[in-house]
Amino acid sequence: MTSTAAPRIRAKQRPGDRLFSGTALTAGALILAILAAVAAFLVIQGVPGITADPEKTTLLEGTNFWAYVGPLVFGTLWSAGLALIMAVPIAIGIALFISHYAPRPLAATLGYIIDLLAAVPSVVFGLWGGNVLAVGVQPAYAWLADNLGWIPFFAGPASGTGRTILTASIVLAVMILPIITAICREVFLQTPVLHEEAALALGATRWEMIKIAVLPFGRAGIVSGAMLGLGRALGETMAVAMVLSASNVITFNVISSTNPSTIAANIALSFPEAYGLNVNVLIATGLILFAITLIVNTIARYIVNRRKEFSGAN
Amino acid sequence: MTTTTPARPIENAYAAGQLPRWAPLLILISSLATFVIIFLFIQAGQPEGEFNVVGAVFFGVVLYGIVLVTVSRLVEGHRRATDRLVTTLVTLAFVIALLPLISLLYTVVINGAARFDLDFFTLSLRNVVGEGGGAAHAIIGTLQMTLAATIISVPIGLMTSIYLVEYGRGRLAQAITFFVDVMTGIPSIVAGLFAYSLIVIFFGPGVRVGIAGAVALSVLMIPVVVRSSEEMLRLVPNELREAAFALGVPKWLTILKVVLPTSIAGITTGVMLSIARVIGETAPLLVAAGFTNNFNYSLFSDRMQSLPVFVYSSYISQGTDAQAYIDRAWAGALTLILIVMALNLLARIIAKIFAPKTGR
Repeated sequence: MTSTAAPRIRAKQRPGDRLFSGTALTAGALILAILAAVAAFLVIQGVPGITADPEKTTLLEGTNFWAYVGPLVFGTLWSAGLALIMAVPIAIGIALFISHYAPRPLAATLGYIIDLLAAVPSVVFGLWGGNVLAVGVQPAYAWLADNLGWIPFFAGPASGTGRTILTASIVLAVMILPIITAICREVFLQTPVLHEEAALALGATRWEMIKIAVLPFGRAGIVSGAMLGLGRALGETMAVAMVLSASNVITFNVISSTNPSTIAANIALSFPEAYGLNVNVLIATGLILFAITLIVNTIARYIVNRRKEFSGAN
Repeated sequence: MTTTTPARPIENAYAAGQLPRWAPLLILISSLATFVIIFLFIQAGQPEGEFNVVGAVFFGVVLYGIVLVTVSRLVEGHRRATDRLVTTLVTLAFVIALLPLISLLYTVVINGAARFDLDFFTLSLRNVVGEGGGAAHAIIGTLQMTLAATIISVPIGLMTSIYLVEYGRGRLAQAITFFVDVMTGIPSIVAGLFAYSLIVIFFGPGVRVGIAGAVALSVLMIPVVVRSSEEMLRLVPNELREAAFALGVPKWLTILKVVLPTSIAGITTGVMLSIARVIGETAPLLVAAGFTNNFNYSLFSDRMQSLPVFVYSSYISQGTDAQAYIDRAWAGALTLILIVMALNLLARIIAKIFAPKTGR
């Protein structure tokens, strides 16, 4: 490249071009504006809630805002964490099944069946969790309380309805399975075939091949898939609101009838009847939820974006 | 592949120490049968015991795993045994994931059929206490709000993806890509709170209107539209654009007349999938649009019911005749699932028929 080269030829800019590219640019910028607006409006409406006088706000019941939101944050993290513990191993199993075990012609169809789970609306999951799953798992909870009661998690008395945080977490786990599976499946399929064949040629069994070739290659994908699943589980509202019978406590007991609620479920249950400053208090809790999910998703995206080929949105 | 048979005088050295192909199946059937018999005896021993299908299958599968691994370890060695164990676990993971799906679809269809009648699609819940009534007002609300959300989201989403693919270079494009990804992770209820905070500026505090629900849905819908359209636009071969440029066609006309028509099927598919995703959203509509028992055809005044919120409110506030409310909730859930599945199916059919020919 020489500095004396002829000036760069620029395409002729017609009015139509300017208008069209301007519109496209505006639309792109609008997305950033919307995201900024979401944060700004939550802050504007939420700050009065954080500084609200506890005596004048019925929702706070005389305590300050942080004492009110503490158990909710705990419940949100606890239920999402439980869901993640249940979902990740199964999701990895499903992804391996579809990518390396199932007969090749069947694999696409099986993947589609798992995607069907993602298509079911959350309110239907809530209805099913409250009416079917909670009833179904209650005997198991009674058994756990009787036989494994010495473990703090299963210290009874077992809930008579089965509507505990463990049930809510199971529903959440089912709901986040598809996204974790989709991302794991995509990375597992990207494993270089030569690595796999080399392992098999050295006499490895199928599991040994997966252990030395597929899993190390897919570790970043598994982590980011789990993080995206965590983001979903943290923000999920209906499944928790409809399954859980909640009270504002902090407890690690997962099968009793007193359970911590989650931020999202608490908003859904309290918002329709809220008035005055209570609305601001609820929006402030929403702001905290927004911050938590933003952090989790940003970390997940950062890991995903280091490998450009896949993303959870498609 | 042939396995050795005992009749042959010389053993196949390569197949020695290997379980025959039918062995896992045989072990599975026999271990399931064992526990079916055991549970039949338990049932016979109790006065009014019910046959425990779940227990029989569960313990049968556990026994299958133990026997298979033990036999395999004795015959084939521990490496093969581990391999078989993992195969069993991986298959089991898939089956476990199927259980909730089957159970959910089964219960929704069985329970939803009770009220899946003409009344449900023609009447509202106005002045209904107990039995009767329908969800027509909710269906109309859902259609209106989803349509409004689509009208807001598709132009913004499509133009953004055009910017990202055709114009975007450098920092801004990177930032938009990143934040679109972040936006897909916004909890739906936060989108609802945002729409509510926005709308109280125009309508005054405590108000719930349909347009707020539509705004909330748009926040959730835009990133999905951007991602899917972007993907489709990138599939359009560069040769087509270059050919158009070579003929002296302006860039904006190239995009409008060459790039978009080539990818329109994929974009339509993406839009339909995004509609399918937001049509089942409950939380944002509950917060932003509220609920009502009446017909409301105006997006800009009064509360507006939607199908998911209808299901939720029927379930959460059951009246004196609880069964009638539950039946309506299930029928609403069935309608919702049918709508979502139909949209998904249609989207996939469109994608299949009109898929762009990329020459691969």
